[in-house]
Amino acid sequence: MTDHKAVGRTPRRRGFLRWLAAAAAAALTVGGLPTAAAETGDDGVTTTLTIAESQPVDSLSPFLAQRVVSTSIHRLMYDYLTNYAPETNAAVPGLAESWQTSADELTWTYTLRDDATWSDGEPVTAQDVVWTLTTMMTDEAAATANGNFVTNFEKVTAVDKRTVEIQLSQPQATMLALDIPILPEHIWSDVEDFATFNNDTDFPIVGNGPFILTDYQPNQSITLEANPDYWRGAPKFDRLVFRYFNDQDAMVEALRTGAVSFVAGLTPAQADALRGEGDITVNAANGKRFQAFTINPGATTVDGEEFGDGHPALADRVVRRAIVRAIDKEALVDRVFGGYAEAADGYIPSRYSDYHFEPEADERLGFDPRAANAMLDEAGYTRGDDGIRVSPEGERLSFRLHVHNNQPENVQAARFMTEWLADIGIEIRGRYVDPGVVSDALHAGEYDLIFTGWLVNPDPDYVLGIHTCDALPTEPGAMRSDAYFCDEEYDRLYAQQLAEYDPATRAELIQRMQRILYQEAVVNVLTYPDMLEAYRSDHIAAIQVQPEPGGNIAHQDGYWSWWSAAPAEGLTSESGPSTVLIVGITICSLLVVTGTALVVRHRRATAEDRE
Amino acid sequence: MSAPPRPHTERAAAPPRRRQWRPRAGTLRYIGGRLLSSAVSLLAVMVTGFFLFRILPGDPVLAMTRGRAVTVEQLAQLRREFGLDQPLPQQFLDYCLGVLRLDMGMSYQYRAPVSELIGARLWPTVLLVGTATVLAAILGLWLGTRAAWRRGSATDRLNTGLALTLWSVPTFWLGLLLIAALATGIGPMPGLFPPGGMMTPGTTGTLAVAVDVAHHMVLPVTTMVAVVYAQYLMIMRSSLLDELGGDYLVTARAKGLRNDLVLRRHAVPNALLPTVTLIFLNLGQVVAGTILVETVFSWPGLGTLFYEALKVPDLPLVQGLFIVFSASVIVMNLFADLVYPVLDPRVRP
Repeated sequence: MTDHKAVGRTPRRRGFLRWLAAAAAAALTVGGLPTAAAETGDDGVTTTLTIAESQPVDSLSPFLAQRVVSTSIHRLMYDYLTNYAPETNAAVPGLAESWQTSADELTWTYTLRDDATWSDGEPVTAQDVVWTLTTMMTDEAAATANGNFVTNFEKVTAVDKRTVEIQLSQPQATMLALDIPILPEHIWSDVEDFATFNNDTDFPIVGNGPFILTDYQPNQSITLEANPDYWRGAPKFDRLVFRYFNDQDAMVEALRTGAVSFVAGLTPAQADALRGEGDITVNAANGKRFQAFTINPGATTVDGEEFGDGHPALADRVVRRAIVRAIDKEALVDRVFGGYAEAADGYIPSRYSDYHFEPEADERLGFDPRAANAMLDEAGYTRGDDGIRVSPEGERLSFRLHVHNNQPENVQAARFMTEWLADIGIEIRGRYVDPGVVSDALHAGEYDLIFTGWLVNPDPDYVLGIHTCDALPTEPGAMRSDAYFCDEEYDRLYAQQLAEYDPATRAELIQRMQRILYQEAVVNVLTYPDMLEAYRSDHIAAIQVQPEPGGNIAHQDGYWSWWSAAPAEGLTSESGPSTVLIVGITICSLLVVTGTALVVRHRRATAEDRE
Repeated sequence: MSAPPRPHTERAAAPPRRRQWRPRAGTLRYIGGRLLSSAVSLLAVMVTGFFLFRILPGDPVLAMTRGRAVTVEQLAQLRREFGLDQPLPQQFLDYCLGVLRLDMGMSYQYRAPVSELIGARLWPTVLLVGTATVLAAILGLWLGTRAAWRRGSATDRLNTGLALTLWSVPTFWLGLLLIAALATGIGPMPGLFPPGGMMTPGTTGTLAVAVDVAHHMVLPVTTMVAVVYAQYLMIMRSSLLDELGGDYLVTARAKGLRNDLVLRRHAVPNALLPTVTLIFLNLGQVVAGTILVETVFSWPGLGTLFYEALKVPDLPLVQGLFIVFSASVIVMNLFADLVYPVLDPRVRP
């Protein structure tokens, strides 16, 4: 009888308790003892700014780094010849305190400041600049990331310790927008192979920027310390930590708990949710990026050889312009972006006010389905029995639309566009696919309508260059262009602006180029999405945005935000789990282990009796 | 120079002949067969790995330079550097020779040896998924035994129901709930655990790091255990139920053994076999990690590495990970095959 009662319980409990004892012991081994917590404590003076980051670093070598996260970190570690003013994005002195051009516009002379030093105490000299640029000109691997800046360089020489002379083969208006970190020759000349050197072995990494990189744990954290000797002045925070989060929602929770002080890349829904919370400031910055779709005007190579299978009707400018008129960009802003975007016409975002283009009222292809229908009627595209128009050549206006399936804003915009284009008798067959498939379709010329988007730098030369005839592929396949656009007048203006050293004249040329793009309706900009960011106002008292006002904090062109960020009053930096918690965990573990041990011993002692 | 004869020492060194074990031909053939089939599987994986990922759409070079100002020369240089300008058979040959030398190449996007990248991410994954698998197995086996032994009782229904409910919960959702509740804190309760990552940046000292990592592991391990322990529970429960009708249990009881001994010494060992297979299968998948849990908790493991590699596609890295993932499953299966005869005399060759 007693035996029976004992059953159900004893066997499992005893086994389980043994397991538990083992597990607790293992946990303790892993957990260690609590006394070490004091080591991680800070002295109460250090202020740390923790920034949430999600993009993995591709390389810390400025010769290789292509990703935004890496180039942004380089802005903090290294000085560039020139910088972009935080308020206006205009070129301002960086490592070079002044510059001049020769009469033939082919020689640029930069004078370096004399108070710049490397973080190991060596002075920054003209020879460092010469070495950095010359290496990129002569070593293929060193040209991986920024080779495009030096292709037009003939020769770079050091006139004296503080003067660098660059000779060009053609005049080049982007000489104050050379986004090239200057590297210390005395450290880097020992590197054997630039293709594999990632600059992540010796910490702290010798630099000359406002911060010094002291620690890098891939996909976990990047730590930088303030450079107290920086010539523009030391940053206000002592330490900057980029902490990795792979999940956007977890990142927002980390901001709520104060584990991080800043997050970027919020969705409109997240921004709205954070707006209502105390101690959190949401910054909806004017976008650097445009969201656009391009229309295949008939893919050709540089030599004019046609390829791909774009719809023939799209070679007709009338059809392309009618498509643009059928799209309600304001509705996209409201319904896709929740208002966090700007309806766009010009190619270059409005934050670059000098270059931004706004069409005049009479040339605007505003939302007007009736006008679009009239244009198509007039051009002889009659509606068939199913309501879909047919071209004079007898082709149905049924187009594919390639959409990146990992970009919700493109997917949603595509769904709206499908409905709106149906209203003017155009059928859209959505291809919601992997970005790789979108890219393959583009390069094979096998698309009709396709989404695109570019991040535009303060100097717009590159994004303009991709629509020159030169950018077409030499043979079907990869190319620099992303629209098969080719226009002689556009090319002439492009060459002219690249050689124009007067900013106002250059801006005017660039506006004229955008007018051509707009009228041809091959590259059609839909919106400039806002950059949504949020920070804890109880951690950060003040921070510089770029441009001012309406600008962004993360990934600036320059180091302004993190350099200027001021710690809020009473900010204590947290490091590691709190002592109370550790003590708590330890006491609990000890209790469990002791209890378990006692029970096990008791069981052992009585085991024989019971058997 | 010949060795001096040492008849005495030899005899002395011989193991005591208490239970002499002589390998039989059948055993050897069994082990040999298993090893051979594993080797064939590995070879197949190696070949598939190369061609499988070449089907992925997208050009790695274009994907990596997307949105960057690059010249045509820069693109050509990258293609040359990665060997993508070579014809496919040549690339395949280079790949095979590399794998045979245990050199899986350089990652396109990180410019580092694939083996180094995998090595750096392997331990976080093994630590996280390994701990979770072991805990889930312990919990599942214990609860499963208990549920089967008292089949139909309230405890059984509650346990089984709860386990199945958790099993059907989406992992990332459960993870986010735990973050919202236990990392952010609800109402007056403060956040108890960090919202993500493996350790607090800047933590130094072995003990402090260990405490910190353990603290960061609590939520991801809880999430994984909660979602997966049901499979151990259900299998243990059903296989124990099969055994409970066995005559040998009646015999055992008739011998006068108490119920817990009947369960522990007779029923459970027999019921464990299917569970062992499951455990080994899951151990093989430990290194594959779980992309969802690693993502939600920002754990720097192999799952996220694989995802990053696929996005480009970073071919050497994808191939390397594919081989490592497959190899670990194959090795664990081999191990299970070899351990089985030891555990169960019925399947001995």
